[in-house]
Amino acid sequence: MGIDWSNWLGPAEWQAVRLSVRVSLWATLASLPLGIFIAYALARWEFPGKQVLNGIVHLPLILPPVVTGYLLLLTFGRRGTVGQFLDEWFGIVLSFRWTGAVVAAAIMAFPLMVRAIRLAIEAVDPKLEAAASTLGASKPWVFVTVTLPLILPGVIAGAILAFAKAIGEFGATITFVSNIPGQTQTIPSAIYAFLQVPGGQEAASRLVIIAVIIAMAALLLSEFVARRVAKLVAGT
Amino acid sequence: MTLQIAVRHAFKGFDLDVGIEAPPGVTVLFGPSGSGKTTLINAVAGLLQPDQGRIVADDWVLLDSDARRFLPPHRRRIGYIFQEGRLFPHLTVRQNLLYGRWFAPRDARSESLARVVEMLGIGALLDRRPGALSGGEKQRVAIGRALLSGPKLILADEPLAALDEARKAEILPYFERLRDEVSVPILYVSHSSSEVARLATTVVALKAGRVVACGPPAQVLGDVAAVGARGAASVLSARVVAHHPDGLSELVTAAGPLWLPRVAPAPGATIRVRIAAQDVILSRERPQGLSALNILSGRIIEIRLGDGPGAIVTLAMSGDRLSARITRRSVEAMALEPGQTCHAIIKSVAFAPDDVGTGQLHDAAN
Repeated sequence: MGIDWSNWLGPAEWQAVRLSVRVSLWATLASLPLGIFIAYALARWEFPGKQVLNGIVHLPLILPPVVTGYLLLLTFGRRGTVGQFLDEWFGIVLSFRWTGAVVAAAIMAFPLMVRAIRLAIEAVDPKLEAAASTLGASKPWVFVTVTLPLILPGVIAGAILAFAKAIGEFGATITFVSNIPGQTQTIPSAIYAFLQVPGGQEAASRLVIIAVIIAMAALLLSEFVARRVAKLVAGT
Repeated sequence: MTLQIAVRHAFKGFDLDVGIEAPPGVTVLFGPSGSGKTTLINAVAGLLQPDQGRIVADDWVLLDSDARRFLPPHRRRIGYIFQEGRLFPHLTVRQNLLYGRWFAPRDARSESLARVVEMLGIGALLDRRPGALSGGEKQRVAIGRALLSGPKLILADEPLAALDEARKAEILPYFERLRDEVSVPILYVSHSSSEVARLATTVVALKAGRVVACGPPAQVLGDVAAVGARGAASVLSARVVAHHPDGLSELVTAAGPLWLPRVAPAPGATIRVRIAAQDVILSRERPQGLSALNILSGRIIEIRLGDGPGAIVTLAMSGDRLSARITRRSVEAMALEPGQTCHAIIKSVAFAPDDVGTGQLHDAAN
């Protein structure tokens, strides 16, 4: 008995996989610049409210995901303060849309990303940055030519960690944007939905396999890329 | 260009209050660790903003706390050579060398990469990364990187301190070339009196955040108050006459001939020789039948008795000065007094290779 590989995944399952990858990629890439900025601020600057900022960044890691999702709904929902503003002025609606899933995934993955990048920034010797400034590089140039290349392995590790977390995000996503096939139904939501209906186990197991493959691939890729970059940066 | 520096800065349990003037050439900031040398040089570089100060190079104001002017480091046009090199590990040697040049204004790119590479002998390293270089190679690249940034002023913070003796001997000649071939003033931090003797045009001796002596190296190194009895030394100007097959070099000083273990400079070259005061023996009579080859005669001009058992006796010998560190007991037994003629005996083998440097002593500033 052979398996028809072209139809191994049903259309609904394919849809969930594609949506998951799209949501996670956007969540990772869109939050990366802010993640680097916040990590830099936490690692290098002293400012009032630093501990509060640190707490807020880490909150999604500790709060039950449902709570984070509900808070997102209260804030970014159509009747929420920010949601209403976005809707009226820009016509942007996040709740029950795939863009909302991006926001939920980004926020849940943010602490992991910031932690990895912050560690990398703390490992950079500020004396190298001082040397660059004596050679004529202004602060933004020092960051681009010295700090950023040196933290690149950490940035990549942080981004891939965030991507993996975003792929697996369930609680906040389903609370904030529900479980609409083709719109907000990511792999975890789809698995959950398949398990609610009789005979859905097979589809669910196929998605489980896909989820494992994506997670493993991301992990191996991050190891590989980070090692290559670290070798380049270490200069041997 | 003359650099004027006045800096006041308070740390926990230590305060720096220094006003100095650095004429063209190499100005060595000399003193024990904790004397404020690095703080001072960092203030010049702009890496530290002192509580109060004014730093001016000719009419170019780097810092003036009264006028609330603080030029950030990247606009100071300073080539800073750090103790640990601080090369960028993610860039090749070539990219490291050209890093500062990229930010330098076009008219400041006077040094060409080819010339600097040739001068420092780093042509074979260009495509390597700093991680694959030895300590001495790293420091040469660091010198080149500072030069190529088109600096108006070069700062060096104990650039040899992290190197072993062999590597020091490898790098010191490059600083001598820098002094003699590059017109930019150099501010050089050191705690080694042999580096002072070899490189300095002017020496500023610092102790606990204050200037204790300032002047040409022969004067400051002979000043017991500035360098301590153990560190006291003389610096003589000498001309190389010949290298002899028995491994000795024959030199001539104003006070007479001097025999040293083979020195590098060719016959005809004028060099500086540092003689530690504790390596000098004094005799009232011209000694006979002695193994020591060097006997220089002079007139006693000063006898300084220390707090302990030692004394420093300084002889004048046609322009140069030579100090000897002997015991007070000997001063009394020999009945030494200023004005007497005395003979100084120096063993040839007492000279270490880093006691001998190139360059004229008296008119190096011109």
